[in-house]
Amino acid sequence: MKNIIWIAIGFALVVAALWQCKTKGAAGASTADAAQKVYVAPGSYDEFYNFVSGGFNGQVSVYGLPSGRLLKIIPVFSVFPENGYGYSEETKAMLMTSHGFVPWDDEHHIAMSLTHGEQDGRWMFANANNTPRVARIDLGTFRTVEIMEIPNSAGNHSSPFITENSEYIVAGTRFSVPLDNQPDVSIETYKENFRGTVSFIGIHPQSGHMNLAFQVLLPGINLDLSRSGKGPSHDWFFFSCYNTERANTLLEVNASQNDKDFIVAINWKKAEEYAKAGKGKVKKVRYAHNIYDEKKHMATTKWEEEVIVLDPKELADFVYFIPCPKSPHGCDVDPTGEYIVGSGKLAAVIPVFSFSKMQKAIAERNFEGEYDGIPVLKYDAVLHGEVKKPGLGPLHTEFDANGNAYTSFFVSSEIVKWNLKTLEVIDRVPTYYSIGHLCVPGGDTRKPHGKYVIAYNKITKDRYLPTGPELAQSAQLYDISGEKMKLLLDFPTIGEPHYANAVPASLIKDKSVKIYPIEENQHPYVAKGEHEAKVVRQGNKVHVYMTAIRSHLTPDNIEGVKVGDEVYFHVTNLEQDWDIPHGFAIKGANTAEILIMPGETQTLLFKPDRVGIFPFYCTDFCSALHQEMQGYLRVSAPGSNIPLKYSTGAPQQPPQ
Amino acid sequence: MKQVLFILFIWAVGLMFCACGGPSQETGSTTSAAASADGGMGAIQDDASKRNVVQVAISSPDHTTLVAAVKAAGLVDALSNPGPFTVFAPTNAAFEKLPAGTVESLLKPENKATLTDILEYHTYVGVIRTDQMRDGQRLNQVNLKNVVLTVENGKVKVNGKANILASVPASNGIVHVIDEVLLPE
Repeated sequence: MKNIIWIAIGFALVVAALWQCKTKGAAGASTADAAQKVYVAPGSYDEFYNFVSGGFNGQVSVYGLPSGRLLKIIPVFSVFPENGYGYSEETKAMLMTSHGFVPWDDEHHIAMSLTHGEQDGRWMFANANNTPRVARIDLGTFRTVEIMEIPNSAGNHSSPFITENSEYIVAGTRFSVPLDNQPDVSIETYKENFRGTVSFIGIHPQSGHMNLAFQVLLPGINLDLSRSGKGPSHDWFFFSCYNTERANTLLEVNASQNDKDFIVAINWKKAEEYAKAGKGKVKKVRYAHNIYDEKKHMATTKWEEEVIVLDPKELADFVYFIPCPKSPHGCDVDPTGEYIVGSGKLAAVIPVFSFSKMQKAIAERNFEGEYDGIPVLKYDAVLHGEVKKPGLGPLHTEFDANGNAYTSFFVSSEIVKWNLKTLEVIDRVPTYYSIGHLCVPGGDTRKPHGKYVIAYNKITKDRYLPTGPELAQSAQLYDISGEKMKLLLDFPTIGEPHYANAVPASLIKDKSVKIYPIEENQHPYVAKGEHEAKVVRQGNKVHVYMTAIRSHLTPDNIEGVKVGDEVYFHVTNLEQDWDIPHGFAIKGANTAEILIMPGETQTLLFKPDRVGIFPFYCTDFCSALHQEMQGYLRVSAPGSNIPLKYSTGAPQQPPQ
Repeated sequence: MKQVLFILFIWAVGLMFCACGGPSQETGSTTSAAASADGGMGAIQDDASKRNVVQVAISSPDHTTLVAAVKAAGLVDALSNPGPFTVFAPTNAAFEKLPAGTVESLLKPENKATLTDILEYHTYVGVIRTDQMRDGQRLNQVNLKNVVLTVENGKVKVNGKANILASVPASNGIVHVIDEVLLPE
């Protein structure tokens, strides 16, 4: 009996010890249960695609959720030597601008195409902050297929947010500047000469092609973030702004003087009517519009020459200012379209505005005055209420389907959950560290999928094994299915994880392209079989129509090329087999490799600088004989008369 | 048998104390992060970086009351953030000028909201050096209330009363040592 009691005591202590572990703090709680919740068994798929804009890397990275596994990096505004984007002759045009070829940009936000305010899984749009551009990614191929430069713009930050039926994406200026084609002016003339603009870029409902429909001219304020309305507020777009002081130096101090800046409300339907009725001014501009043709496997640049500009000082009743405390950053619209959440990044308060109150205030002309000729609504007339003392440095808000909002706080490094109607704080969790944007699957749309909120952090410090001064930035995944948020997973990311969308995998996975049908390949230099492989000289340009199939390149012996020639290796991948890409590189080429997907043609330009033999080979491990997939180019002196000659598998001389 | 039971008992007790993994304990092939695995930015172990505004205050023998207050208000993590911050840091002597019992009362858990409001009134998001301060300049502090700066003969006063005794640059901002506690109206 005594023994049994001892055993019972011992057992109880063990249980107590284990139980204590399970309930110890946030990190403790995130171990046992959390591991199970984020575990995606080998061979199983994640539930969501998580598209994360990469900030300063100019790319979009794609993760699976809840596992946090990295699935893909999509180069958008930056060259990508890994697959030849921006290096191959076909993709160079994607990065063309009125300033010439720009190989990098700072990509801040993404926006999934919407139908009836819900994610439709067709395209992902992205913005370039530095040299203003917007891009469209096709979600069948996960490739950037269109990039349009924005004229009359600088610092394209409030972009590419989207309307409920993908009618428009927007591009708002973080830097006000003199409009294009203005005379040389002093920076000191900021208040007279510098203007902000919002561009409305129409999206073709079938092809997705973009066109710059019109621009709205604004005073020299700094537009920050933006969202379209939803449901009842469908016709409206909302932009936060700072620097209503219109300072042009030391903004750290000078743009924080006014107690309130604005949320800019634009009735885009009315603006559209004005533009269609010819009420705008047509301005001469020049901007690049780059489209990738997936049949020709090639991008081309079209130069656009005009833009319609609408001035709210001349055209009434489509632009209003809503006062908003202290340099608002986030400007988010809830799923019902009634609430517009501003987040003053320097304020310890979240003002929530009411769309119906805004409509009433506009109808009653309840203005507190004008700012540069544009009516300013009365704060109290438009305010639904304020979330008091929610945390420090509120930035961005996303929503669940149950009337809750999730706001990120940079300074106090946390996510705060609060109720939209009562404005009461429900829960808060720390993030590691200093969160910027956050993402709830569908949490920016009319139909949030809920389940998780992901924190994208700016500071990592000690979260992972140290890797020198430059660290990967961290993301954390929290379960939001209950009243309290629970930390599940901490994962490092690529670039600066700026903003993100999470999309149910079912919207995308079944339409993912596996191969390009070779019979549909319209590339001008395609070789649709080894019998079409050839080498053609046109002056000093040598075009190699090369094919790649397991496990040889055709031709693989080339002679008759001379120093001073430009050799174009047009490599067609003849495979029609899922996940058999080939790659191509040649010694001494001043460019990156190219990767060629099955059925595709891509071109590497080689300018030989010396006489010699230049080996080339397949760079993507394709088969058991991948290592044998190689060849030689002979380069002769400029004046030599070696004839052009090419072959694969020509009879070998027997050894002497 | 008794011996076995005793071993089991010792093992169980031992498990109770150490199974949860101390801050830097090896657990199989992984090592837990430093002290901050469960904490905020204030708990990060880093002896290479310059001191942040909290660490500047901690290192000053004249600011023990302020440091106690910042800890009581739970603001250590927030002030260890990249900021940048301008912190007006009242000395111990400044706190002693308050009516007797005020500090003790503010440090009580039930007065945390008031204490937080007062401390946030001492903090501005942004770096303002004294040479950038202008007469009549208002700074909207973290608690959303303004302090007013006055400059007379090159000397700055905050809210017409507090003198800036010294200014100490920090990794995430600047600390201006003042001789009065600023009280939000």
